[in-house]
Amino acid sequence: MEIGTVLPAIAFYLFASTACICALMVVIARNPVRSVLFLIMTFFSAAALFVMLGAEFLALLLVIVYVGAVAVLFLFVVMMLDVDFVELKQGFAQYLPLGGLLAFVLTVELIVLGTTFRLPENFSAQVPIEQGVSNIEAFGLVLYTDFAFFFEAAGLILLVAMIGAIMLTLSRKKGVKRQNVSDQVARTPKDGLEVLDVKPGEGLS
Amino acid sequence: MAEFFTMLFDTNTPLGWFIVKTLIILAYVVVLLISLAFLLLADRKIWAAVQMRKGPNVVGAFGLLQSFADFLKFVFKEAVIPAGVDKPIYALAPVLTLLMAFITWAAIPVAPGWVITDLNLGVLYILAISSLGVYGVILGGWASNSKYAFLGAMRSTAQMISYEVTIGLVLITVLLLSGSLNLTVIVEAQAGGFWHWNGFALSPITLIMFPMMIIFFISALAETNRPPFDLPEAESELVAGYQVEYSSTFYLLFMIGEYLNIVLMCALITLLFLGGWHAPFDFAPFTWVPAVLWFAIKICCVFFMFSMVKAIVPRYRYDQLMRLGWKIFLPITLIAVALVGAWVTFVINGG
Repeated sequence: MEIGTVLPAIAFYLFASTACICALMVVIARNPVRSVLFLIMTFFSAAALFVMLGAEFLALLLVIVYVGAVAVLFLFVVMMLDVDFVELKQGFAQYLPLGGLLAFVLTVELIVLGTTFRLPENFSAQVPIEQGVSNIEAFGLVLYTDFAFFFEAAGLILLVAMIGAIMLTLSRKKGVKRQNVSDQVARTPKDGLEVLDVKPGEGLS
Repeated sequence: MAEFFTMLFDTNTPLGWFIVKTLIILAYVVVLLISLAFLLLADRKIWAAVQMRKGPNVVGAFGLLQSFADFLKFVFKEAVIPAGVDKPIYALAPVLTLLMAFITWAAIPVAPGWVITDLNLGVLYILAISSLGVYGVILGGWASNSKYAFLGAMRSTAQMISYEVTIGLVLITVLLLSGSLNLTVIVEAQAGGFWHWNGFALSPITLIMFPMMIIFFISALAETNRPPFDLPEAESELVAGYQVEYSSTFYLLFMIGEYLNIVLMCALITLLFLGGWHAPFDFAPFTWVPAVLWFAIKICCVFFMFSMVKAIVPRYRYDQLMRLGWKIFLPITLIAVALVGAWVTFVINGG
């Protein structure tokens, strides 16, 4: 066997099996923080698989957005939660029938799909990008021309969602003393300090 | 025997390629660590000089070997693992910090062609890996089972995520000007004297790019938890932040990772704004100096600024830090990205 063909195969099976095992561990890990850590490992393996497909840009995007930001927020929330394990287990019997049914349906669907799906006769791995154009250029060429409208619409939707989230959590209570930095910076000894000539024995006022 | 060695180091065979690459990486790591030792000493010396102290001056001439003595001290100390820690994660956190700090350097070119992997998406790779650096801090803080450590980790994570946004936007302005994400291409676009560097170019765009360099510098301070933004380790409030429960080699790994990240930020400023390995004047006496030396000199200059800031600026309050990041830097950089984009479209590419 040529080493050039064996290495990618080894790498693929390594990352693929890591992704699957970690995905399983997300569900069965006892500690929710560990669950999130396994989720991060899953993301990371998926990114590695993207790299092996030649989609470096997608892989790095996955790492930056999901591993670097989204998963950190998950971790934040999970770490600060006060999780009561006893209470969690109490609902187990109650949800078992519904959960079991869902799992059964999904398994049947997967089996049906797996046994009936056939690749087209003359199928070969498609390489969508022509040679010589880097990943990110290829993305830009379609995103900002053919799909410019959808791209900008997606951006607008995100903006609306962001403003909505901010509005939901914004609270303007009366009587709260807020800090106004520009006021603080603009303050000079002149308007903060007054030197009075107090006569002895009389006081002010 | 000679044939054996030529076979071993022949880069055309997979084995030879592997061996040569490994040796290059090892050499890179060793050089990096030794320079780090002296930079750490320089940091302390500058700090001391500002406060009119002598600084470390006992180990070796002028205290030159102080960092190595500290290294040995940390390695030979007892590793105290507190009760109630989540042991695997507790041990993983410092290793993760160091690992992420090292693998970022794989994409940093130090001279023409001197780079471990010349990635086409180099800048994006550095952004991705440095965003993973957060995990070392947050896991270390959580696994320590200590309130101080956890508070420090929370602060640090929020701070690093906030300033990553600014750093990303500043990077976009540079990328727009160079038209590439490859660091080598970005540096080559700044060839020919300091008036071609992104930070000091003789062109109206410098009115935007020079402030961008300053913003990048300040964000780098916050990103690496350096004073005046060292709130995660604020000793007056949190003892030592996320590192409270770490001792001996674990602590050493955290510290090396932290300093590696600082030098990485210096290298990034050099590559993006200060022309990388190009001499400040492109004529005779300056071009005789090897490219890698210019790169090192520039890194040292930026590192000197890092040290001076540490020595003379008082610590920020946390809400001030967040205000600076979200309410001042973010709008400024967003507007700058739009302006630089307009400049590239209408002036450089001529409409």
